[in-house]
Amino acid sequence: MSTPLLDVRHVRKNFPRSEGNELIVLDDVSLTVQPGEIVGLLGRSGSGKSTLLRLIAGLSAPSAGDVEYQGNPIHGPAEGISMVFQSFALFPWLTVYENVTLGLEAMELPKDEIRRRSLAAIDLIGLDGFESAYPRELSGGMRQRVGFARAIVVHPNILLMDEPFSALDVLTAETLRTDFLDLWSEGKMPIKGVILVTHNIEEAVQMCDRIMVFSTNPGRIVSVIENNVPRPRNRQDVAFAELVERIYVEMTAKPGRSVGAIQRTDRNLGIDLFLPHVSTNIISGLIETVAAEPFKGHADLPEIASELSLEIDELFPVAETLQLLHLAEVAGGDLRLTPEGMSFADLAVDERKRLFARHLLAYVPLVAHIKRVLDERATHMAPKSRFLDELEDHMSPQSAEETLRSVISWARYAELFAYDDTNTAFSLENPT
Amino acid sequence: MNQKFIAWSKGSRGAPTRFDVLAALLVLGVLVFLASASRGVLAPITTLDTTPISLDPWALPGYVARTTLRMFLALGLSLLFTFTYATWAAKSQRAGRILVPILDILQSVPILGFISVTVVFFLSLAPGRVLGAEFAAIFAIFTSQAWNMAFSFYQSLRTIPKELVEASKSFRMSAWSRFWQLEVPFGMPQLIWNMMMSMSGGWFFVVASEAISVGNTNVSLPGVGAYIAQAIAEKNLAAVGYAIIAMMIVILLYDQLFFRPLVAWADRFRFDNEPGAIAPTSWVYDVLKRSTWINQTRRSVRSGFSALARTFKHQTPKILLETPVRTSHLDWFATGLLVFIVVLCGYKAAWFLAPELTWADLGETLGQGFLTMIRVFVLIALASVVWVPVGVLVGLRPQAARIVQPIAQFLAAFPTNLVFPVAVFAIIRFHLNPEIWLSFLMILGTQWYILFNVIAGASAIPSEMRAVSENLKIRGWLWWKKVAIPAVFPFYVTGALTASGGSWNASIAAEIASWGDEHVRATGLGAYITEATNSGDYHRIILGVVTMSFYVLLINRLVWRPLYYYAERKFRLE
Repeated sequence: MSTPLLDVRHVRKNFPRSEGNELIVLDDVSLTVQPGEIVGLLGRSGSGKSTLLRLIAGLSAPSAGDVEYQGNPIHGPAEGISMVFQSFALFPWLTVYENVTLGLEAMELPKDEIRRRSLAAIDLIGLDGFESAYPRELSGGMRQRVGFARAIVVHPNILLMDEPFSALDVLTAETLRTDFLDLWSEGKMPIKGVILVTHNIEEAVQMCDRIMVFSTNPGRIVSVIENNVPRPRNRQDVAFAELVERIYVEMTAKPGRSVGAIQRTDRNLGIDLFLPHVSTNIISGLIETVAAEPFKGHADLPEIASELSLEIDELFPVAETLQLLHLAEVAGGDLRLTPEGMSFADLAVDERKRLFARHLLAYVPLVAHIKRVLDERATHMAPKSRFLDELEDHMSPQSAEETLRSVISWARYAELFAYDDTNTAFSLENPT
Repeated sequence: MNQKFIAWSKGSRGAPTRFDVLAALLVLGVLVFLASASRGVLAPITTLDTTPISLDPWALPGYVARTTLRMFLALGLSLLFTFTYATWAAKSQRAGRILVPILDILQSVPILGFISVTVVFFLSLAPGRVLGAEFAAIFAIFTSQAWNMAFSFYQSLRTIPKELVEASKSFRMSAWSRFWQLEVPFGMPQLIWNMMMSMSGGWFFVVASEAISVGNTNVSLPGVGAYIAQAIAEKNLAAVGYAIIAMMIVILLYDQLFFRPLVAWADRFRFDNEPGAIAPTSWVYDVLKRSTWINQTRRSVRSGFSALARTFKHQTPKILLETPVRTSHLDWFATGLLVFIVVLCGYKAAWFLAPELTWADLGETLGQGFLTMIRVFVLIALASVVWVPVGVLVGLRPQAARIVQPIAQFLAAFPTNLVFPVAVFAIIRFHLNPEIWLSFLMILGTQWYILFNVIAGASAIPSEMRAVSENLKIRGWLWWKKVAIPAVFPFYVTGALTASGGSWNASIAAEIASWGDEHVRATGLGAYITEATNSGDYHRIILGVVTMSFYVLLINRLVWRPLYYYAERKFRLE
């Protein structure tokens, strides 16, 4: 094999926090990109995959380990690496043409060449006729085409893509993906390698030659999956579906090294558990769907995902919350309702709430903790900051905020305790 | 496909169009104006005494031109200040910790009280020249304009979307070109809005700063302000009328020729990506845009600019930002430095004031300040009772809003100190109680901020929300309490905050007024400062100014800021 385009070795990224302990975002991550490869970074939000992409782009530096591009270490944004952003990141005051030329102007190329190359890129990416339009006049799909044109016009060796299709509707995303793959396989783009960050398993299987599956908190590579499904790839193919299934299994199978946010390392969970925000409506909805025909309490995750058109970023947190609440078991890419979960589906609203409350108190230590504090206090009130401080000893402020938000909405549904946002306090009483 | 591209970039050669002629006339007019207005700036200061202000209405255009030129120069300075100070504060975390609070304090210093202090300094800079007095006037206007512009730009710089910054970094744009290509355009719409607000405030101060007298030093710079001062001294009501009319025309022209085109141009920098909003229009901008001559000039300026940008190119960003610095240490350092500066200033001031002043003086200013504070609060409350309902009713009717909104903005820009003599004349003539009736002058110019903010708030109420209240038949007091007032509340707070700050400043000009040799006076801190200025008592000027800053700062911290955050959190419609 020739020298790799990109070599990432034992990279670690952490952010120091005021209390002295640090937040590890990426832990011992290594990967290489060979010429002609599309490498996928697959994981949930919070798995550090976007952080890794920014290290490669030279927008931030690793805390430990090396990132080498064509054999040279990366310090700062490198020539030959360009990026496509999730939110497009177009300059709204520049026209399509001006947005595309921006990178070339920064390279100080002669005017004629800037013009020739920009028009060629616009032509290639299918933006003919839109040169003088402003981004706000375009649909999301056309805007992201500008994002692509702007990235490839500088003739990068490596194209970094940060969830480029996730802000688009399903149909538009599919069109853009196939257009991109067509140009790629015909070799029309001046790119040697691609790194794609995604949380969409099908997208990863459709586009990538190699898929790195990330775990969350901290971000680690838990498995590397070679994708040998022949191109052009079709979602209906057996091989395609098998690989999707395999990744689901991979992402749910390993206890203790779970890809999910909720890690069940032992029976005695502390209050330091990150709880993703999952609405009680979705919890009920998922239970009802799985309890009903044709699943009858036992379902294949990819099947539910397509049935409910949920992305893994949406489905996994719900599944894991069910597991945490002992309403379901998740293993081997399957979700199986527990007897309590099955009975939940048949109960009336008030009984559901009682069951939910019982399970919250039994299996979510933070809920039990808050309830205990409220019970013990004479006023039956406690400020939010008290619990926030406790949580922030174990997780980032954003995660602590989200965890409390989840607890508040679950406890409200279960009618365990109340929360008043005006004076940010928990209380036992409901407002009169 | 190349063809299409050619089609929209050609058209620079060829015969002049009618837009060229119009544009040329506009440019020529501006040049003539600048030349005639700047004549006499380098004259020795004695010419001011030998050529007294003429009350002939035909002399007014010349005076107005001088006044306007001062405004422009101050605006230029403010812009320069904004681009440096705000950028520094936003880019350097350490500096920002000191610079932002300083800006906050500067914002609450009453400019009118300040003029007397600065004028002597500037006169000494260019001794014996009119230039020194001009500097003092321009500096006074600058201090009325710069702070909020800097604040707005600082806010913009802090809120640029992360991905846009990353995109420009990954294209290896230098810091210089990132500033002009990303940061300035992103901040532009907010900045222009704040420039307009600054301008509105500025007219008041330019009028006040042209006729300066500190103790025995009397300077009157040729301008509308000096004209009106002369008219007051001569008890010439007709001349006051001429000045008011002239000022109205200038403000209208200013809006049409300067701000409208600017706003129309800045519309392209709006960040929200939504189509459909009605773009602001300006006939002047259209003329300039369509003129090929202007376009050619613009193009050559731009290419000169990018050549300049290239010389800065060497500093390709190698910096890896978001480096995890130990913020706690910096925090201590910055806070320590700030405390040190504050203590030093306090010590200096005390050392300057202590020999001359007693605790009784401090007590007196605090007491007078309290009186002025009561005035400001009562007036704001009165203005709110009147203008909030009016603003809501107007804002809900797009037709009415389209007519009333520009009028309210015009009235906010109009320097009300031009109207003061008329009011004082009436107070003396009808033997009214100055303690009460002079107070109204304080809010005369600033009440409009409440009105036009409430109009803006009411017109932003989503139509679904209005439909719901109609559907549920919510009417009368319930409607005001549950729908209208909460919906406009955030806007109201912004307006009332501006009005309150402006009123404090205006108190210096409003609490004591004259008509010829007759004087009327209301008790308050504003009158205290003005009297100290007239008698050239620097110790009392400083004491008065410091006390007023203290009051303004305190009220902002204890009343307006909490209210503002409360409104943002609770009532902001998204």
